[in-house]
Amino acid sequence: MTKVITDVICPFCGTLCDDIEVTVSDDGKKLLEVANACVIGTEKFLHSQSSDRVMKPRLRQDDGSWKEISYEDAADYTAKLLAKAKKPLMYGWSSTNCEAQSVGNEIAEIAKACCDNTAAVCHGTTLIAVQDIGLPTCTLGEVKNRADRVIFWGCNPAHAHPRHMSRYSIFPRGFFTGKGQMSRKLVVVDPRCTDTAKMADMHLQVEQGRDYELLNALRIALKGEWLPDVVAGIPSEKIREAADTLKSGRFGIIFFGMGVTQSLSKNHNIDEAIALTKDLNEYTKYSIMPMRGHYNVTGSGEVFAWQFGFPYSVDLTRGFARYNPGDTSSIDLLARGEVDAMFTIGSDPGAHFPISAVKAIANVDSVCIDPHLTPTSGVSKLHVPVAFNGVECGGNCYRMDNVPIDCRKVVEPPQGMITDEAFLIMVRDRLKKLKGVA
Amino acid sequence: MANSISVNLISGRTIQQGVAIESGKEKPSYRTACGIIEMDSTDLKKLGAWKNTNVKVTTDYGSVIVKAVEATQGPHPGVAFIPMGPWANSVVSDNTYSTGMPTFKGTPAKVEIAMNEPVLLGIELVQKQCGVKVG
Repeated sequence: MTKVITDVICPFCGTLCDDIEVTVSDDGKKLLEVANACVIGTEKFLHSQSSDRVMKPRLRQDDGSWKEISYEDAADYTAKLLAKAKKPLMYGWSSTNCEAQSVGNEIAEIAKACCDNTAAVCHGTTLIAVQDIGLPTCTLGEVKNRADRVIFWGCNPAHAHPRHMSRYSIFPRGFFTGKGQMSRKLVVVDPRCTDTAKMADMHLQVEQGRDYELLNALRIALKGEWLPDVVAGIPSEKIREAADTLKSGRFGIIFFGMGVTQSLSKNHNIDEAIALTKDLNEYTKYSIMPMRGHYNVTGSGEVFAWQFGFPYSVDLTRGFARYNPGDTSSIDLLARGEVDAMFTIGSDPGAHFPISAVKAIANVDSVCIDPHLTPTSGVSKLHVPVAFNGVECGGNCYRMDNVPIDCRKVVEPPQGMITDEAFLIMVRDRLKKLKGVA
Repeated sequence: MANSISVNLISGRTIQQGVAIESGKEKPSYRTACGIIEMDSTDLKKLGAWKNTNVKVTTDYGSVIVKAVEATQGPHPGVAFIPMGPWANSVVSDNTYSTGMPTFKGTPAKVEIAMNEPVLLGIELVQKQCGVKVG
């Protein structure tokens, strides 16, 4: 007899869907079916059951082959690596729970490490902009119940956050948005005619990398001032039409993604988007929200900020927290060759950092804590497989709107496999002994 | 028809990329999802390449072999898209301009036909470029 577990949290993207139904075998050891999740979330749950999963920590030998070792030996190796290093980089954290992140921060403090999360290659520039001029934001519940103007700027939720539109932003019928999609106007700004753009009432196909100009032009159009005939590839009449559409709503929300954070103007794009939100509040109510990628990258920023005062790119090498993106950020540290040990958890810099930074990882002693086989595990000296957080263990996570949600355990991890947090506690206790910390 | 064309290269997520990373980056499905370059049909024509031809993408930061496919989210002439992953990251700009964020979008790139060169698997591609000895 199987049993169905309801209200399960999906540990894939920042939407953190909380209505997943999972069917498990009666002994709670096998996950059989997943309902309500998107295709990516379903794959995440089901892949935990794959038969080719790595079950034990593996240490790379001189001839390039792997040798299986115990979790105790893996924790010894990791603690020694961190104790010996002058400037270790502890990177990732976005696919694990806040409890593990907090233990990781204890380790970082003892090891005097640099610590960073995946915001480094995602919404790091957003965090800089928020520190520049603040963030008028709201929760996704408010979006669902109130928003009648929705802007997706440089993001493609149809692909990256597949259920965002059906749960919060376009289709649901909320308290003040009773007609669902009919109550809302959707504006998409993207250099490609994305699948999200195809659903839009208005698509502004901006010239790639010219988002700053277009944001600025919209601010000018709101005020009814002069505009050139074409800005960022968009005719001025269309910009004025878009400005009128934005201003005519009762509650608007700007969602933005990698299209603005990763193109050349970076944090200045976000500065301008936030300034546009501020200007729109002169006419009606507006909010703005970053479309966070990993399911707990927001939580990592929260835990870093709570314990160190800064949301990412924290350097503890001097014994206190310093924050200076460009100097203390992962890519720059690796590019300058300053890192002498790499500790990766809950992320895959091997696949998602520029190759020059990955080469720097491959050149130093390294440990990769990840249930999957990844390019990072492929270049690391030690690979520690752990239980899938959100599937095989619970823990606290933060949704993209900073709402904390507890993930749920739905199946038992394979016998003998431990969680991120348990492994980190083993490393912390060993490191304390090595460093003579009480 | 030309031997090579210049494009503005961007990268980003696709739903196929999301499924592939969750089903195993060691598998060929990851290469199928991300070892591609989505090009506008006019750019393919300019290059003189059939759909699904292997091409070499070169930038100031490196080069990589990927399969040229017709853009599914076009038209976007002059802009080419490689889904985020090791193939895109072999050629994107690593310059952060002191923000900590590499410039993943907007890298000038040259695309040329490389019909007989293979598209490597994800982990294999990274290991090869990093000179990792594999036993």
